[in-house]
Amino acid sequence: MLVKFFFLLRKAGVPVSITELLTLLEALKAGLGDLSAERFYYLARTCLVKDEKYYDRYDRAFAAHFKGIEDLFAQLQRQLPADWLEKLMVREFSDAEKAEIETMGGWDKLMETLKKRLEEQKERHQGGNKWIGTAGTSPYGAYGFNPEGVRIGQDGGRNRSAVKVWDKREFANLDDKVELGTRNIKIALRRLRRFARRGVPDELALADTIDATARSGGWLDIKMQAERKNVIKILLLLDIGGSMDDHVTTCEELFSAARSEFKHLEYYYFHNFVYEALWKDNRRRFNEHVGTTEIIRTYGPDYKLILVGDATMSPYEITHPGGSVEHWNPEAGSVWLERLMKQYPKFGWINPQPQSRWRQTASIDTTRELLEGRMYPLTLAGLDDLIDALT
Amino acid sequence: MPNEFRGTDRYIATEELMAAVNAAVVLSRPLLIKGEPGTGKTLLANEIARSLDKPFFEWHIKSTTKAQQGLYEYDAVSRLRDSQLGDPRVKDIRNYILKGNLWEAFDCDMQPVLLIDEIDKADIEFPNDLLRELDRMEFSVYETHETVRARHRPIIVITSNNEKELPDAFLRRCFFHYIRFPDTATMTQIVDVHFPDLKRELLHEALTTFFKIRETPGLKKKPTTSELLDWIKLLVSEDISPEALRSDDAKKLIPPLYGALLKNEQDVHLFEQLVFLHRRNAR
Repeated sequence: MLVKFFFLLRKAGVPVSITELLTLLEALKAGLGDLSAERFYYLARTCLVKDEKYYDRYDRAFAAHFKGIEDLFAQLQRQLPADWLEKLMVREFSDAEKAEIETMGGWDKLMETLKKRLEEQKERHQGGNKWIGTAGTSPYGAYGFNPEGVRIGQDGGRNRSAVKVWDKREFANLDDKVELGTRNIKIALRRLRRFARRGVPDELALADTIDATARSGGWLDIKMQAERKNVIKILLLLDIGGSMDDHVTTCEELFSAARSEFKHLEYYYFHNFVYEALWKDNRRRFNEHVGTTEIIRTYGPDYKLILVGDATMSPYEITHPGGSVEHWNPEAGSVWLERLMKQYPKFGWINPQPQSRWRQTASIDTTRELLEGRMYPLTLAGLDDLIDALT
Repeated sequence: MPNEFRGTDRYIATEELMAAVNAAVVLSRPLLIKGEPGTGKTLLANEIARSLDKPFFEWHIKSTTKAQQGLYEYDAVSRLRDSQLGDPRVKDIRNYILKGNLWEAFDCDMQPVLLIDEIDKADIEFPNDLLRELDRMEFSVYETHETVRARHRPIIVITSNNEKELPDAFLRRCFFHYIRFPDTATMTQIVDVHFPDLKRELLHEALTTFFKIRETPGLKKKPTTSELLDWIKLLVSEDISPEALRSDDAKKLIPPLYGALLKNEQDVHLFEQLVFLHRRNAR
């Protein structure tokens, strides 16, 4: 029964693994499921779902799979033989507690009330949960006994509402479908790190100190060194607006991953293709430009150039002066791209369009030719290739 | 079950939270807790330890924390210094191995509760470096070639604020629970636990105001449980009457002592504007 549920969850897009299923089975074996549908729901969620964004998918799968089955839980409970309960009670209670029970009218009375309660439950299906309460103020709950997971508890439990929790679906808006998380991008970008020691020597160089101390016959000779820092420098140019709107989320992820990963990261925006001016703030793109020549002057050739864009446009926007959709450009975009490539020998272009569609767009072909083929799709494999090209 | 967590006299746990905690306790797997700030993630571990009567260890993670620091640190510099001074301690490397929080917890005589607070603050590789330690509850000390094994598998509670995503391999080894923001009924219980003799009326007004503020669209930082408790503490100490909280008839635009609830000036400003608009429309 759970194997089916397991596959249903996977089909619903909750990433569950076999380890997690085994954990759940182990938990059930340990008696944590407690014979109540609600308890089982919480337990299975704790074991199988590892991110609140999947709670909604889990709820839907759970509802689909366990519809109607929850009555079973109630039936299981009702079939408890009375003497079994009694035996367990004797085992669980201390003498003092037993004495206390006596003062309340004794065993028989207690058992009678208990039976009555179970009777009562027969008539009310969905109220089954009510009986799995917590140690509270009622005679039964107060003694908090737990025969193999069935807790017969106080009246008016914590489960205040009759609506089943999984039908509420409270996590509906947390769901997301982003496949390439920032974490993966960060891991990929890590390969670009270049560590070097520069600046004030303020760290104890342990290996050097030991070495120097040994050489001076055991007389302590402390050596210091500068802190290790990531010295890679990145110049990131991002296409924004127009056809790039479809890729905004993935580009945001790439950008935020890159920003937290590199200390020397310079970024500028362009629209469709690079021309004589770029900008840093999209809200003020029309009056706060930075000349591309100035960028080339400011950032030395030790910077690595990464362009991000879908390169989907009219081919004239690349090859002809005045081809830009937004302004009159005196020199063609291809000229500017070549200037950038000359200044930054380590460069690459990331294209968020799926690679399968590259052939269908003429401007992508043109751009790839200009780039000497160094265009990579925005996938993890593509990022890896890009990093190979940059190092 | 004697080892069962049901909340404590000062911590209200929902049914789902109890289920998650008890599963983690029984199977001794780490429990990963996420949720809005101020919903009692960090407090939880402490309360588990208190209610189950177990020793409590905490390990607060910072951006510079390395996984190794939780295990042990080898103080090479002291040893070097001692060797210069001819201290006899220098002969035994064990004198220079400083135990970390995880080691302390592993060494404990009875099953302890260990809190690893804000794991997402650390470096992105941090959780990966702890996989074996959390799974098998053992690690080896390179310097002395000994293996440290947990005498009793500790109950580990890990909190995260979602600043970084955690790796799948790590998640697979944990139980997970997301603490939802409490509803009005649970909130009433929580406040009751902290202020047992609060006047009903004041509590009702305070909660209404609180949830109203939370529902204000566009707030940068929504007030949370811990902020509500602070605010009520202030209300009580200033002896504010329930009537003063009823914003409709009060002269003031925003609730008294709002500083405890709204934590930046944009939010205060936004709230003032909204209340102002609301009052104008009502007229």
